[in-house]
Amino acid sequence: MSLELPGQDRPLTRNVREDRRPTDLAAYEANGGYRGLRSAMGKLSPADCLQILKDSNLRGRGGAGFPTGMKWSFVPMDDSPGHKYLICNADEMEPGTFKDRLLLECDPHQLIEGMILSAYTIQADVAYIFIRAEYHKAAQLLREAIAACKEKGYLGDNILGTDYSLEMHVHASAGRYICGEETALISSLEGKRANPRAKPPFPQVSGLWGRPTIVNNVETLCNVHHIIERGADWFQSLGLTGDAGTKMYGVSGRVKNPGCWELPMGTPVREIIEEYAGGMADGYQLRGFLPGGGSTDFLTTQHLDLAMDYDTIGKAGSRMGTGTMIILDDKTCPVGFVKNLMEFFARESCGFCTPCRDGLPWSAQVLDDIEGGRGLPEDMDTLARQVTYIGAMGNTHCALAPGAMEPLQSALKYFREDFERHLNGGGCPYCDGGTA
Amino acid sequence: MSERETASLIPVLSAQELAAIDAEIAHVPYRAAVAIDALKIVQAHRGWVSDESLQAIARHLEMSAEELDGVATFYNLIYRRPVGEQVILLCNSISCWIKGCDRLQAKISSQLGIALGETTPDNRYTLLPVTCLGACDKAPVMLVGEELHEDLTEQALNRLFGEGET
Ligand SMILES: Cc1cc2nc3c(=O)[nH]c(=O)nc-3n(C[C@H](O)[C@H](O)[C@H](O)COP(=O)(O)O)c2cc1C
Ligand code: SF4
Ligand code: FES
Repeated sequence: MSLELPGQDRPLTRNVREDRRPTDLAAYEANGGYRGLRSAMGKLSPADCLQILKDSNLRGRGGAGFPTGMKWSFVPMDDSPGHKYLICNADEMEPGTFKDRLLLECDPHQLIEGMILSAYTIQADVAYIFIRAEYHKAAQLLREAIAACKEKGYLGDNILGTDYSLEMHVHASAGRYICGEETALISSLEGKRANPRAKPPFPQVSGLWGRPTIVNNVETLCNVHHIIERGADWFQSLGLTGDAGTKMYGVSGRVKNPGCWELPMGTPVREIIEEYAGGMADGYQLRGFLPGGGSTDFLTTQHLDLAMDYDTIGKAGSRMGTGTMIILDDKTCPVGFVKNLMEFFARESCGFCTPCRDGLPWSAQVLDDIEGGRGLPEDMDTLARQVTYIGAMGNTHCALAPGAMEPLQSALKYFREDFERHLNGGGCPYCDGGTA
Repeated sequence: MSERETASLIPVLSAQELAAIDAEIAHVPYRAAVAIDALKIVQAHRGWVSDESLQAIARHLEMSAEELDGVATFYNLIYRRPVGEQVILLCNSISCWIKGCDRLQAKISSQLGIALGETTPDNRYTLLPVTCLGACDKAPVMLVGEELHEDLTEQALNRLFGEGET
């Protein structure tokens, strides 16, 4: 859980308790909660808030790392009538990602305070929390927290006596990974099949029900009121590298102490794996890792000293993604690993475009053949071709399919000999794919 | 009156279900926008969404049953077939796979005598795979109903489902 070390500022997890008991409104307020809201409402204009956000260099924590202030600056700010929407993306379904759950279950008010100030900044009058169906406890806590806020005057009409009003709703989803893609999420919130939409028009201009809409990740929104209360310089100073803030990092796989920790942005990979996750479990060695969820490229032991930030991991040929690493150990089959991911992406394809709908099952089939000892030497070329065609942005309607190709393309690069051993040796050389 | 005619007079959605759906309709621009909420509300009351329920919901939302079915069948947690009293959602994504979820699935299947997608004859359990449950540090995990079971072992499965056939 959160390791609160002396002298270190951990804004996002300061209310996270060892036993993960949720922080209620009273405890949240006792620890300075809603102070950011009080300090801003009626004193800072939306434009002031936007400027602070821009200056802070907060980047979206949902995976792509897009600058939040810039994203918001595309929302029309004229007085034209009609709704504007803020949506919190709490769909967290990226394989290997378990950071938003912690923030939602342990400190629901932090998200709500962040959302109120975010909505205020873009002058949204309705906010939704789109939460995946399986997060029953978090959805319940959020509903209770929203009700408590309405009573306190933090939500509803004329918030804290100002002329700003905001209503907030929790929408529990009904499954499917693609709902996390922001335009698919909007389709789903409208009650439709969750097919992604073409951009442009961008949601900032024409999103939910054709109105200006901002979609942000849970962790992104949780940062906002801290930044507005404590300033852009403070936020920048939290990061160890050029990238600002703290980050929820996680490690899963065969390490001694899998978990999720809030650490300064840019903490070295090695420190996260060896100190926080306790190093590899006894009898296992590290072979590689996906830095931030199932749709990021493998990195290997040569990358352990890199800083975990968007630019550094990007330059190394991968993506920081969600910041939750998945460890590949020496007894787990890399082909089986990639096959599991590919089957996931094939299953979760929304079916809208052909390269994804037909291509991903084909890749999964080839990987299954190789894993099962039915592979042919030419399969290596087939996989490489699939990576080229399906992996290229622009050949598919959304980023699901290119994301699906990232673990495969990097496995072909770093673990090629494993594929060849499968082909030459009649199947998987690992016991039960290594998961026994 | 024929049996068919009587059936068509019985309101298929209960007052409770209608009230819950109408509460959702109150904050959206048109009725069909609550399609997913409505399906979930009815499913919460009845366990699944039958053809009859689907038609009743569609009528209430002023949309065609076909369109609503297109929505319903898109989402894996809307059940268009009956499920058991409790649905077991076993995570089979990457971190749980590394930690042996395939073996656990085989174990549950043998304990309950059902494959993925099937329901036990006594109607207690349905077993389904699910995407990463966001608890990868506690892998392998599964949801039984609304309860999350973490760090699953074969012993834990024995306690939950009995020794089974093996
Ligand atoms: C297939 C797919 C699934 C996604 N799932 C999620 C998700 O579960 N949660 C999330 O915050 N972003 C997800 N995203 C990213 C969103 O599209 C969007 O970029 C993000 O919510 C923006 O928030 P941010 O700017 O705060 O990062 C997904 C993207 C793709 C292509
Ligand atoms: S890439 Fe896949 S998920 Fe994305 S729109 Fe195409 S079919 Fe749907
Ligand atoms: S992979 Fe199973 S909970 Fe994440």
